Amino acid sequence: MGEEFRIGTRLGGEEVTRLHAGDVVYLTGELFTMRDQAHLRALEILRGGGRLPFDLAGGTVYHCGPLVKGNKVISAGPTTSMRMERSEGELIERTKLRCILGKGGMGTSTLGALKRHGAVYMEYPGGAGALAARSITGIRGVFWRELGDPEAVWVLDVKDLGPCFVTMDSYGNVLRRKP
Amino acid sequence: MKPEIIAEAIRILETDIPPDVEKALERALQSEGGLSRQVIAAMLENIRLAREGGVPVCQDTGSLVFFVRTDMGCRELFNAIREGVALATESVPLRANIVDPLSRRNTGNNLGRWNPVVHMEPSHDGRTRIGILAKGAGSENVSAAAMLDPDQGSDGIRSFVTKAVENAGAKPCPPIVVGVGVGGTLDGAVTLSKRALMRRLDELSPDERGKELEEKLLQEINSLGIGPMGFGGKTTALGVKAEFADCHTASLPVAVSIQCWALRRVVIEQEGAEAVIRRF
Repeated sequence: MGEEFRIGTRLGGEEVTRLHAGDVVYLTGELFTMRDQAHLRALEILRGGGRLPFDLAGGTVYHCGPLVKGNKVISAGPTTSMRMERSEGELIERTKLRCILGKGGMGTSTLGALKRHGAVYMEYPGGAGALAARSITGIRGVFWRELGDPEAVWVLDVKDLGPCFVTMDSYGNVLRRKP
Repeated sequence: MKPEIIAEAIRILETDIPPDVEKALERALQSEGGLSRQVIAAMLENIRLAREGGVPVCQDTGSLVFFVRTDMGCRELFNAIREGVALATESVPLRANIVDPLSRRNTGNNLGRWNPVVHMEPSHDGRTRIGILAKGAGSENVSAAAMLDPDQGSDGIRSFVTKAVENAGAKPCPPIVVGVGVGGTLDGAVTLSKRALMRRLDELSPDERGKELEEKLLQEINSLGIGPMGFGGKTTALGVKAEFADCHTASLPVAVSIQCWALRRVVIEQEGAEAVIRRF
């Protein structure tokens, strides 16, 4: 078993190097939910030389389509990360995000980008939407809502969200054989 | 059938997990260690929070699939189901999951073309029975079907199902429940594999060969070592359920519907004017 950490969601390169596959992490700070459509839109903007309306540098992307009612997050567990495999490496490279939270593991393209740019991939227990919602203290904002609520980018405030398991680290270590 | 009863059944379905599945997870907690044990503990804590708070267990409230047996008017019941789904989307609430397949535009109320999915068959005892399954996409995305050659037989079926589970790995949120459909046409096998998920884990197949297939598959799948959320262990599947239909002499259709640990099912039974919602 690895070490246990309580860390923020904006990470420096040094902090990332302290994390290893097998560690358990509790996150406090802001998360940007991004799944299929948000990845595509972000890359389209960035490839065209534009800027995103939110700053991912050093930040944490959460593979999640939350269930939101009014200004309250009702249930918000992770979605399967592997669907974002074709976009993730480029998103890491272009935005310098440092942490991805999802479930199920990711592939070699993402692993390479984690290593090159100093980032980590973590997993939250799948299906534990009610449990995750308990650690979400508020909604700071929402972008691209026209993509539909599950696909929009929600900026969520979290306090001690965990257990998050580091399954791919910046050294190229992977906890399980294949996603 | 009133749409409000459909909506209430959906609320019960989404905010709790059937007792047999919860018990199976409790057993897995005892037999697993390390990270696998930690994720099972989180799943159990999540079930408790959802039940107490009356909130959906998982943010993916799924595609809603209805298995209806009735001799009521088909149109009336179909409309009540659709109205009930729209109502539940607001009242439970459910996440709006249904989109156009190409534009990806969300319909906003979980209604769409062929959504919710409604399977209808005649009832022979005057009762109406509506089974409801909330099928999340993480597990649906790794479900599979194949047209085997008849000479591949039971071995071919088991090999196809086990391979599908192996390929799925951690993606469908294991420990999973595996629904298997054998026979029919391709679409028939797929529907059977979903219907199999409506059986309780301790409800054995009435068919001897079915029982044997289920037992062998459970053993083979749990030997894969995938474990809870893919972190390794003995519990990859909580159960395997198989259903059969007769098929064309040239075909052996087989389908596997993979279901995440958050198996959400409920049934509405109506006799005369009274409708009862039953968790099982």
